[in-house]
Amino acid sequence: MHMLYQIFIDPFVQMGSAPDLFVQTLWEGLVAGVLYSLIALGFVLIFKASGVFNFAQGIMVVFAALTLVGLYAHGVPAFLALALTIGVMFLLALGVERLVLRPLVNQPEIILFMATFGLTYILIGGGELIFGGDPKVMISNQLYLPSGSYRIPALGGFVQMQKIDIAAAVIASIMVASLAVFFQKTRIGRALRAVADSHRAALSVGISLEFIWVTVWFAAGIVALATGIMWGARSDVSFALDVIALKALPVLILGGFTSIPGAIVGGVIIGVGEKLGEFYWGPLFGSGIEEWFAYVIALIFLLFRPQGLFGEKIIERI
Amino acid sequence: MLYREAGQFKTTYEADQALFPILQDRIGIVVILAIAFIAVPLTANTFVIDSILIPVLVFALAAIGLNLLTGYTGLLSLGTGAFMGVGAFGCYKLTTFFPGVNIVVLIVGSGFLAAAAGIIFGLPSLRIKGFYLAVATLAAQFFLSWCFIRVAWLYNYNVSAAIEVPQRTLFRVVVTGPSAAPTTRYLLVLTIVSVMTLLASNLIRGRIGRTWMAVRDMDIAAELIGIKLYQTKLMAFAVSSFYCGVAGAMLVFLWLGNAESESFNINQSFLILFMVIIGGLGSLTGSFFGAAFIWGLPIVLEYAPAYFGIKVASATAEHLSYITLGTLIILFLIVEPNGLARLWQIGKQKLRVWPFPY
Repeated sequence: MHMLYQIFIDPFVQMGSAPDLFVQTLWEGLVAGVLYSLIALGFVLIFKASGVFNFAQGIMVVFAALTLVGLYAHGVPAFLALALTIGVMFLLALGVERLVLRPLVNQPEIILFMATFGLTYILIGGGELIFGGDPKVMISNQLYLPSGSYRIPALGGFVQMQKIDIAAAVIASIMVASLAVFFQKTRIGRALRAVADSHRAALSVGISLEFIWVTVWFAAGIVALATGIMWGARSDVSFALDVIALKALPVLILGGFTSIPGAIVGGVIIGVGEKLGEFYWGPLFGSGIEEWFAYVIALIFLLFRPQGLFGEKIIERI
Repeated sequence: MLYREAGQFKTTYEADQALFPILQDRIGIVVILAIAFIAVPLTANTFVIDSILIPVLVFALAAIGLNLLTGYTGLLSLGTGAFMGVGAFGCYKLTTFFPGVNIVVLIVGSGFLAAAAGIIFGLPSLRIKGFYLAVATLAAQFFLSWCFIRVAWLYNYNVSAAIEVPQRTLFRVVVTGPSAAPTTRYLLVLTIVSVMTLLASNLIRGRIGRTWMAVRDMDIAAELIGIKLYQTKLMAFAVSSFYCGVAGAMLVFLWLGNAESESFNINQSFLILFMVIIGGLGSLTGSFFGAAFIWGLPIVLEYAPAYFGIKVASATAEHLSYITLGTLIILFLIVEPNGLARLWQIGKQKLRVWPFPY
């Protein structure tokens, strides 16, 4: 009885008695959620267009951030380094298409999934070989990213908001909006959607699969770079960041593998749920429940909607 | 020339359905077993046994477990490491509760604990498919790893949060604990792995294996011909986790001697998945090849530069071995997506028609 009280009633009493703390936790969850969404977005872009479950997305985030910081450390001006990093991500997309996707076309999904593991190892080894494995500080000042924080009086207390978090939320929104426009309004966007629907039909109307794949991997690379900058500004840039890829997976199944809005909504649900769970229910189980709480939330959703919240309805024929 | 089945006629159904219908295969397996059971313990040194042979056998068993689930039933799982952990921690608790019971019984018993865990975390598979299921099994991975750290009861409130293997004897020979001879442990591992592989191969050839493969090929069609999906999928999860659990228990009790939750984290799951895919989905022989390849490759990469007299800084060597491993995986998938088992088959076919090309 006492246990039930602690699980179902006590946390809500706590929320009610300290609303400012609740809002603070909510905000932190929201910010974490935005970053999860960005990673999930990279996954979705690639999965939609090529059916590849790209495990390397998390490492691409680290690799992009590391390239940026590494170039700056070698004396390249900050914005030139940014441009060069975008160039590197383009070369990566080109290389992946030419050396991995093209020879493996028409293979089962699990083989392509496995190939992205190989890519992960290459990026880890390559990144550490070129830029060294020690944690680095993101060049947020040089990129004119804001630092410091606002203290907003609210609900009889204060809510603290880091400026960088607000910037992250803004950049994420801009990115999603521009991706949406890109997908809906441009010629390439329409071609992308055609490929996502059916490879064969797209080929038959003269869409080049190679070009589309390079484009989506490049887009995913840019998303990875943005994520890397945002995440790196909050903590250091190192390969320890690759665990965030695993954090993005529940977001992905929650939102559906093929839905961009799903990635965003899923990210926010997971981020908020995780932080609230850790803060209010965590002490009951001993800390660290963040690690699996997201998966449990996603599992519960999946039991009711097996294709995720926004995924395409699964139709099966014999 | 040597490997040719011409003239070997079967006159009974038993002979036709035997495990090794071809005489040369029977001779081959006897030779391999003889080498493994007699020649290796007599000749191999401690390094070879402890860092190559025992781990390869243990991982091969885990790979067989995952192969039963992923290769034969078509359910992708990323929770292998956690199920191995259930076996290891379960076996540790069992030795605490039943100090007098034969250790082999306890290792097999811990497999049943892992099977129970597998059934619980396999429940979502009834509704979720494909990569969605793979991510759902990650829930098992993370939840169980968390338990291995946070639930102190599992490691008997040990300060180091690690499990230490107690000394146990089998027929008055020390088989576990620090004073057990590597050769003894190797022979025990080999025996368990051989028996369980035989069981698995018979399971696959029988009714259960056929229902698994039907579900893999198309689950709706399988349901239409009267296969109960719930039972079949849960059975696959249970048997797979049983194998992984036994492998996990052996990993700690017969190889490492102590372990903590780190040994059963997500990387372990990925490692086993590599072995299954590189070895060949849906092949027991492939599981052994895959385990040997994935376990052996880093060792080769570590010692190869020194052998050729090239000096590399250890950090650089580690990065290079990462790059090489990644490149080899991709290259391998491009050359032969069906894994080492397929290469083995092609080789046998070539031998059979030799000296003609086909």
